[in-house]
Amino acid sequence: MKLYRFIIEILQIAILLGVAPAFTGWVRMLKCWSQGRTSAGIFQPYRDLLKLFSKDVLLADNASWIFRFTPYLVFGTAVLAGAIIPMLSLELPIASTADVIVLVALFAIARFFTALAGMDIGTAFGGMGSSREMTIASLAEPAMLMAIFTVSLASKSTSLSQMVHVIYSGQTVLRPSIVFALLAFVLIALAETGRIPVDNPATHLELTMIHEAMILEYSGRHLALIEWAGMMKLFLFVMLGVAAFAPWGIAESGDIVAISAAFIFMVLKLVIVGIVLVMIETGLAKMRIFRLTEFLGSAFLLATLGMLSYFILE
Amino acid sequence: MDINVVAQLNSFLAAFVLLTAFGMLVQRRMYGLVHLFAWQGLFLSINTAIVGFVAGKHHLYISSLLTLSLKVFLLPYILHVLIQRLKVHKEVEVVENVPMTMLMGIALVIFSYYLMSPVTQLSTLVTRSTLAVALATVMIGLLMMITRKHAVTQIIGFLAMENGLFFAATSATYGMPLVVELGVALDILIAAFIFGIFFFHIHTTFDSLDVDQMARLKEED
Amino acid sequence: MLLVLLVVPLFAAVALAFVGDRKFAPEINIAGSAATFVAGAGLALQVYEQGPMLAGGKFFFVDAFNVYLAVLTSFVSMTTAIFSRRYMRREREHGRIGQIRIRFYHAMFQLFIFAMLLCLLTNNIGILWIAMELATLSTVLLVSLYRTPTAIEAAWKYFILCGVGISQALFGTVLLYFAAEKVLGEGGEALLWTNLRQVSGSLEPTVLSLAFVFLMVGYGTKVGLVPLHNWLPDAHSEGPTPISAVLSGLLLNVALYALVRCKVLVDGSTHSHHAGNIMMGFGLLSILVAAFSLLRQKDIKRMFSYSSIEHMGIATFAFGLGGPIATFGALLHMLVHSLAKSSIFFTVGHASQMHWTQEMDRIRGLFKGNPLVGWGLMFGVMAIAGMPPFGVFTSEFLILTATIKDAPLLTPFLLLGLGVAFAALFRRVQPMVSGEAPSYQKSMKVAHVPVILHMVLVLVIGIYMPAFLNNWFHTAVELLK
Repeated sequence: MKLYRFIIEILQIAILLGVAPAFTGWVRMLKCWSQGRTSAGIFQPYRDLLKLFSKDVLLADNASWIFRFTPYLVFGTAVLAGAIIPMLSLELPIASTADVIVLVALFAIARFFTALAGMDIGTAFGGMGSSREMTIASLAEPAMLMAIFTVSLASKSTSLSQMVHVIYSGQTVLRPSIVFALLAFVLIALAETGRIPVDNPATHLELTMIHEAMILEYSGRHLALIEWAGMMKLFLFVMLGVAAFAPWGIAESGDIVAISAAFIFMVLKLVIVGIVLVMIETGLAKMRIFRLTEFLGSAFLLATLGMLSYFILE
Repeated sequence: MDINVVAQLNSFLAAFVLLTAFGMLVQRRMYGLVHLFAWQGLFLSINTAIVGFVAGKHHLYISSLLTLSLKVFLLPYILHVLIQRLKVHKEVEVVENVPMTMLMGIALVIFSYYLMSPVTQLSTLVTRSTLAVALATVMIGLLMMITRKHAVTQIIGFLAMENGLFFAATSATYGMPLVVELGVALDILIAAFIFGIFFFHIHTTFDSLDVDQMARLKEED
Repeated sequence: MLLVLLVVPLFAAVALAFVGDRKFAPEINIAGSAATFVAGAGLALQVYEQGPMLAGGKFFFVDAFNVYLAVLTSFVSMTTAIFSRRYMRREREHGRIGQIRIRFYHAMFQLFIFAMLLCLLTNNIGILWIAMELATLSTVLLVSLYRTPTAIEAAWKYFILCGVGISQALFGTVLLYFAAEKVLGEGGEALLWTNLRQVSGSLEPTVLSLAFVFLMVGYGTKVGLVPLHNWLPDAHSEGPTPISAVLSGLLLNVALYALVRCKVLVDGSTHSHHAGNIMMGFGLLSILVAAFSLLRQKDIKRMFSYSSIEHMGIATFAFGLGGPIATFGALLHMLVHSLAKSSIFFTVGHASQMHWTQEMDRIRGLFKGNPLVGWGLMFGVMAIAGMPPFGVFTSEFLILTATIKDAPLLTPFLLLGLGVAFAALFRRVQPMVSGEAPSYQKSMKVAHVPVILHMVLVLVIGIYMPAFLNNWFHTAVELLK
């Protein structure tokens, strides 16, 4: 039985690794359609990754171990995070040892090392990207924690599986605190995964790029790992949002049928989230970086309001 | 309707009223402000109708309709026309230190909650928990009038305060007696005409609607 | 009688809106106000003989407290209408205002009187609020009548600050209704003051204390209490003088009336001095701040509006102090201050028209220029500063006595405020009235009647208090206990 649960765990990680590029491909495809361009297909990210893996790594002379270590660390934390978030089943052996706060910490570690690596070579762009990334992080993380606390207040636990359980059993559907937390979460997720209006994942324009600036010096398999981790991060945030706010479909037991149903639900949700994401991205213009404080300030405000309305209204 | 569902709907709408109040606090564009104000009115109106339905208070339907016609259609329309006539629709107001203002807003929400908690405990109504939100809406309207420097914005802050008061009446007591509600609505209507006239006076006299220019009357030392 | 009292100004307002700029418009204004006064006096007689009464299905309530204020309101509005005939004609000749604005001015003046009377006579604290807001709204555009930048600024400030303030009062009213509804059940009955008064002992004290804070801030803004007074000096100094006279002499009283009505309910519920203490604090602060602000003024109307803040502070303080002597003093103070202050504004209006300025440094030689204006101002200031034998002295003396008895520690502050105000006023008025008339002074026809009438009344009340007035106040004091 115990072994079986580990199999689910491994299955989930496999899905994370396998489906994340497809989701990114789906989003890019939708974006192409919405802009009237021909898309490269849903599998283009796989081809990109494959291409990068087969290329040589080109390292700068002054690159230290941090620079070489970072891609593996970023990739590793993403995989570990994937093992915590319930995507298919609630019975995850690792999930019971780690809660949402650990999850935030994992993302923070990845970001910290990416920022260090950005500065490691000593190019102007890397430093600029790192500084911007940390600015965003310093504002986004409190808001993120606040949103998560709001949800965990409502479910009286910080464990994700527990939260899902509570939402399953709860009678309350319309909870203002959850809605506020969801809105806050959407804003934070846009910032954390580097989407418009915070960052533009498709550009390498010097003045505006944030995440891309930090990883400008990477090549070959290093870049492949980081790109892959980036896709996984987007996927994970979607899964986190789904687990915390709309978990319906995730299997409560380890039953094969339930898990297959959960997989279908997951794919459906991904399709929908992709459409919503593209709608947001095409509807908005990228913000000036100085407006970001307001954007993330709003996220913080929403999360705090969610927490307050939990106390005041519920 | 199930009483539980009503309570949830009520608090849900309360949350949205509060959200629109915060939105107005930091919204820079004139039309955006007017639209937010109209949304707030709509939430209030729906809330009033729901409360009226569950409490069996039919005069609340009239209040709800009054709110709908006055605060969702008439006042926003008047403001729209004024903004257009005064040609300020492209003006983008400078809002100082948005995050700070938001934090102050949050502090006001907590303060209202603290202030209203003894009253809330005494109440037995379904809507009692929204009283704190109502006071917070009033307070945020007040904050908006203090932090903003544009005549139109100040008036919208004033009207938002009035919304909060109406909301307070609905959530504390299922609405004031109809005579009073009608009287208040009449006062708001008169006020609307007066500020309409005022905008033109200010505009012709000062060539702008920035109230910071009106600082001639000060205590001399 | 009561209905007549309310309908006359409303009707006059409509009529004046139609009459517009015709030659006889001021006369209609006077006639309307006079009719209002007659109706008010009739109502007062009725109440004096029959005691408190309810009317219009409990919608109106008249007792000794509000009927005296109603008579005062109608009386001062009548004299102001007489004064405004000369004053406005002069403004008109000078081209400061045009036809439409005269029409507007007359109609709004009557509407304002109506709003104040409604405020005083209604039994419903919700309507009280509405009438108070109406009184604000009807005067906002009168303050900006001259359309100068400063006038518009003053009116905007008045509109915004009073609007904000009065919103707080509505919240207080909602809380009051919340408490009342538990005892009296829902519906209009629960907002009637007479009903509330009867059950005030069983109203929830925590809610009422909270409600009073909001009501205090709300109506306190309209009373012009420090630190909520910012609008007052501006609105009084920039509007036309008749409006300054009624704002100072009447509107502040009406707002204080609303506050006192609410205080009675709160006291009945909490059985503590909580509300009184708040009022005393606001009152004393107003007295001190206003007295020291008086020293710095250069504009004559502005100076006297600070004096109004000071006197409203005194009355608020006295009501807060409570007890029969202080309350008697406060009621008397409201009466004599209103008479004296409006008379001062009449003379100030003429004085500033004679020199075409409101700057005190340029107003000189009033005794020589126009004895009535000069002596009227001199006596007015003597009266308002609290010199015997005028009525203000009597009321201030009573209040002071009560303070020494009930709150001896506050006496020095009160005395300091009164002393500073006295000095400040005389320092300014002395050079204005005496000396040679400057070359730019113009002689003009002035309205004698209102000034003389007011000053005689203040003097009479100071020397000899008529028995009926005495009885009246005693009844009112009983009511407010």
